[in-house]
Amino acid sequence: MSKLILERLSAQFGDAVLETSTAFGDDVAVVTRAAWRGAAEFIKTDPQCLCDYFVDLSCVDRCDPNVDDLDMDDRFEVYVIAYSLKHKHRVRLKTRVSGASPTLPTLTSVWAGADWMEREAFDMFGVRFVGHPDLRRILMYDEFEGHPLRKDYPANRAQPLVPYREGTFDKLGPFLQDEGMPLNRSVTLDDRVDEH
Amino acid sequence: MGDVEHETRVLGGGESGFVTTRFDALLNWARKYSLFQYPFVTACCGMEFMAAASPRYDLARFGAEAPRFSPRQADVLWVVGTISQRQAPALRRVYEQMTEPKWVIAFGTCASCGGFYDNYATVPGIDKIVPVDVMIPGCPPRPEAVLDGLMLLQHKIGVGDRTPVTLKNTQLPDGADEHLDRLHQIRLK
Repeated sequence: MSKLILERLSAQFGDAVLETSTAFGDDVAVVTRAAWRGAAEFIKTDPQCLCDYFVDLSCVDRCDPNVDDLDMDDRFEVYVIAYSLKHKHRVRLKTRVSGASPTLPTLTSVWAGADWMEREAFDMFGVRFVGHPDLRRILMYDEFEGHPLRKDYPANRAQPLVPYREGTFDKLGPFLQDEGMPLNRSVTLDDRVDEH
Repeated sequence: MGDVEHETRVLGGGESGFVTTRFDALLNWARKYSLFQYPFVTACCGMEFMAAASPRYDLARFGAEAPRFSPRQADVLWVVGTISQRQAPALRRVYEQMTEPKWVIAFGTCASCGGFYDNYATVPGIDKIVPVDVMIPGCPPRPEAVLDGLMLLQHKIGVGDRTPVTLKNTQLPDGADEHLDRLHQIRLK
């Protein structure tokens, strides 16, 4: 794949394009938070890019809660994948937002398809998309506290909507010998053998 | 009663006779062979449920062929697949709408204990939400295991036992290992 899109982006936005690379045949560009909306609009409308088909938008939590500061400046990496039906090329546009204040301009006015994807990124990571027409949870329920795919959300913390019944089986329950797999990350193999 | 001798024989033409039983035993006998089911199917185990219910394995043999798509008409709630926390209120409500007597079967490992899901989204076993009579492990369980579970439920209904039971692995009969090994060798050729 040619680097056409990356060259066009760099020519247009200069220093606002932080990194460029190519992975698996697709162009990847990391832009500053300020250039996010403009770069998206550019790759959609520029005649040589013309990425009119919105593929995906999501987020990555890049921090390690044991090591990093949760408020670090480049904690969340939001990416959007767009495809050109005319030129048959695909581009990945990324930007990074801080953990302290994860806000980003919405792309729903560029691609209408970004609506639900931004809601998902908000639901799972808590990135707020400014200007989004209907920014509320899409997968989790309204009573849910926090954002489950953040690295600092406890991996096995559930927030039941229905109170659990008394006297039920433990999660490990009766399945150990038959199923032969550890079903709880807090229990080691030796503990499980002892129970039976 | 232990030393009373019982005789069982088929009555010939022109003869007459009678049987004695307790009323609740008769009622349980009738119930266990006329189970109307409500399939609460949420995930991939549903495919295996269809296999178990279709003619090859034939749940109808056990009097459990009639699915009711209203919980108010059903006797058995089959919970087939993963139940998410968001879905738990719906499951609870379906169970509450069923009329007594009612039984619940957890179909597959996810419904029984959450399976390998141990996270924010999944209920770790539906017995946290509704009382369960029979749990059928497997990912998914084979139709034979499902039939075993159904027969186990029928037995429990017959004796009036409501404690939760997990279906254990069925032992292969003696000599089955050698037989399977021979089959394997034949296929390798």
